Amino acid sequence: MSHFDEAYSAVQAALDAGARYADCRIMVRRTESMTARDGDVEELGSGESAGLGVRALVGSSWGFYAVPDLSDSAARAAGRRAAQIAQASATVPGPPIDLVPTGAGEASWASACEVDPLSVSLSTKGDLLVGATAAAKAAGADLAEGIYQIWDTRKWFVSSDGHRIDQHTRECGAGLTASAYGDGEIQRRSWPSHRGQYGTSGWELVDSLDLIANAPRMAEEARALLTAPLCPSGETTLVLGGEQLALQIHESVGHAIELDRILGWEAAFAGTSWLDLEKLGSLRYGSELMNITIDPGLPGALGSFGYDDEGTPATRRDAVRDGIWVGVLAGRDSAAVAGLDYAGSVRSDGWARLPMVRMTNVGLEPGPHTLDEIIANTEDGVFMDINRSWSIDDRRLNFQFGCEIGYEIKNGKLGRMLRNPTYTGIGPKFWQSMDMLSSESVAWGTPNCGKGQPGQVGHTGHPAAPARFTNVRVGVRG
Amino acid sequence: MSLDIVRTGAELELAARVVELVRSVAGPSAEAEVMVQHDAEALTRFANSMIHQNVADAVTTVRLRLHLDGRTASGSTTVVGADGLRGLVERTVAAVRLSPPDATWTGLTPPTPLHHSAGYHGSGPQSGLDFGFDEATARATPAERASRVRDFVRAAEGLETAGYCRTTYCSAAFANSAGQAVEGRTAEAAMDGIARVNGSDGVARRASGRITDLDGAALGARAAAKARAGQSPIELAPGRYEVVLEPEAVADVLDNLALFGFNGKAYAQKQSFAELGADQFDPSVTLVDEPLGSRAEPAPGLPFDDEGTPRESLVLVRDGVTRAVTHDRTSAAEAGATSTGHASPASRSWGPYPTHMRLEASPAATEPTLPPAGPSSPTAESARPLVARMERGLLITDFWYTRVLDPKTLVITGLTRNGVWLVEDGEVTAAVGNMRFTQSYAQALGPGQVLGIGSESVLLPDRWTGTRYAAPALHLASWNLTGNASG
Repeated sequence: MSHFDEAYSAVQAALDAGARYADCRIMVRRTESMTARDGDVEELGSGESAGLGVRALVGSSWGFYAVPDLSDSAARAAGRRAAQIAQASATVPGPPIDLVPTGAGEASWASACEVDPLSVSLSTKGDLLVGATAAAKAAGADLAEGIYQIWDTRKWFVSSDGHRIDQHTRECGAGLTASAYGDGEIQRRSWPSHRGQYGTSGWELVDSLDLIANAPRMAEEARALLTAPLCPSGETTLVLGGEQLALQIHESVGHAIELDRILGWEAAFAGTSWLDLEKLGSLRYGSELMNITIDPGLPGALGSFGYDDEGTPATRRDAVRDGIWVGVLAGRDSAAVAGLDYAGSVRSDGWARLPMVRMTNVGLEPGPHTLDEIIANTEDGVFMDINRSWSIDDRRLNFQFGCEIGYEIKNGKLGRMLRNPTYTGIGPKFWQSMDMLSSESVAWGTPNCGKGQPGQVGHTGHPAAPARFTNVRVGVRG
Repeated sequence: MSLDIVRTGAELELAARVVELVRSVAGPSAEAEVMVQHDAEALTRFANSMIHQNVADAVTTVRLRLHLDGRTASGSTTVVGADGLRGLVERTVAAVRLSPPDATWTGLTPPTPLHHSAGYHGSGPQSGLDFGFDEATARATPAERASRVRDFVRAAEGLETAGYCRTTYCSAAFANSAGQAVEGRTAEAAMDGIARVNGSDGVARRASGRITDLDGAALGARAAAKARAGQSPIELAPGRYEVVLEPEAVADVLDNLALFGFNGKAYAQKQSFAELGADQFDPSVTLVDEPLGSRAEPAPGLPFDDEGTPRESLVLVRDGVTRAVTHDRTSAAEAGATSTGHASPASRSWGPYPTHMRLEASPAATEPTLPPAGPSSPTAESARPLVARMERGLLITDFWYTRVLDPKTLVITGLTRNGVWLVEDGEVTAAVGNMRFTQSYAQALGPGQVLGIGSESVLLPDRWTGTRYAAPALHLASWNLTGNASG
């Protein structure tokens, strides 16, 4: 069933009410999730959400209105309301706004999916989480928790620039966490990452994670961490696993290259960026091993789509090449303000929210080494992996991360397990210290990226491989 | 713009229809609880001193939880026509029949009257309380929000500004197959903005049940004064510092205490520091959750939770002694307690936590009387007596990006934001660059650690979850600053 007609009605109503540009996204989304604890299903939920969001540009001012009603009359009323809101924005106007062209007209796109996750029986899914949490509990976890989540989204996009695009995206993922309680502290191990692994994929992704087989090891490692020595404090060589490096990329590169932040549009909440547009193309972000790409067309990664929520087709771009900052995540209006000729990174988390600049798949291209080679070439240092906590300042410079597990590295070999490993640093100084990079890249999915007011939760992907950094401060404690 | 968003009775009728539909599809033995919530949110956002995003939406969501033959499943929909509701019921019934057995089901809330509240139908003007439901806030127009933004921008007198003005309206009803049927409505207005100059940011933030309480000009002037006073910051060495936290920073402390400390699920699973009956806080600390509002928190939430349990005030800490944590029916059963009315759509997985927490301000009589501060003072009025008593320490406006390193000890790392100053001999002597901290919030408020509490609470909106906090300024003996702008 198509909803193009209702979207056309909303756009036309906004134009009739005075808008010089308007677009409408109609979205129908089904969701399903399950959590399990200690061998029992804890919660099973499903959801259906349908509605339309209209964006209207009147003069230099935007307005947005969303309703859950897909009737033609509701669409027209929403278009008019969006234009009226835009007129109120002119109370505090800004400079003229242009929109860079997108080059897209009529199109259709669907994500690849071998096994429709909503078609897998609930009993099969329940058995997986019950089995995994029971296995972790049996192996000594004080608390074992499992989760899967599924999103099935159909979207119809129409704009006054002539777009007519429909997309069908299926996303899912799952994970397991085992916790062990000690005297006044809790240690935790997660598989395959701290919230699970997610992708624009079918249930085959969840099957590939092998939750049950990995559950006992997670429990055993969580318990072993309780008696492991604390991560030492000081400056050392740091080797990060790929999962932790994915979040490092997300926080200290992905958000920093969002053009709306660079332009100050997020100054009061998410923050700004340490990056200055005048230095685009010349600023050294990291070492020559650092090559960051923006690639929304990456098959299976969580930040993938055919077209963004402004109708710009998915296009691969460099953000950092040989350590030099060369690209940003942009939208049609922000790109025009910045004098750039490309957009393509605007998304909303649902029909009720305004599309805004978001990460797609922002990843580090693989390097020439393996993790084993990196360890073997490290005389003295610390290995950390699987994120436990993350914090970064509002300019995306000063970060501190905690990981679930660490190991000391002595004379090219992994040594004792270390508990409560943390590291801290300043973004460009840290990235410039990267001197070894593995080829073992995985596109990690982050299903919980918060941004915007009202808040939106974005889905992003981050290809990353293990890497080594020198002179990093580790072991920060309260 | 004439709005038709303020409704009466529609949600309760919808909830009753879904309960009836469940009976017809699943039979009389099905236990069903239905929450219907109509939310209208409008947010006018500004940056670079212009309105750049201006949004509104109105959504009705129906949430159904069903227990049948020892199994439980939940469903939700925003499609509220006859077909949508039938689809919700049939989907949830199908899911429950395929679900594994649920040993944790605690049954339905029996018919229970609401506690006296300013929030439910008809009670506002009649309640005798001045924080009742404000229809003008529910009906606020884009022009009313934009005019407050204009006032904020003008009051900053040329400084770059950014922030939002928001109004929300919620009309909700709960019904279950055990006969509980309740409804209520709320409205809230909030404004949060910064002014910026030469790399220095100042903030002003307020929430209220009445949009008329939001003075854009006063907020803009305060943000600008803080920004100007924060220019040319010095860099301090990391270490432990005595601090005065302004209400915005205190709200972050309350937020993390709520989410990780007083969360009934975290408590039941032994992941919280909370020990009932223990002297865990300084004797000056009293923490109360007040979902129905109070004179210090004049923006009540709904008078019932997602399980239909009536809400009321709950003392979490009295004179330093931990008295309670918050529960839904599931965590209450696990902890051997009763529900405190804190069920939410996420409470079974994330846990039930306080949503309207207030740190009791100290009696005004205990504070020294100071002459009024000049317009260029960076210090919140309620924090000034505390600053005046500090020999050497930091005045901190706000915290940012705080994350838990260890939930049990509530060690948090984060950064300062929107203004830090060095205080020497009771006077602000220099602006300080933002710093990173790594600090146990529970220890920071522990016995002997609280040197003073401001005499005036400020109602502040949370920046993400929609919860609210009433916070006075707070003078603490020690705060562990672990890094500065250099690393």
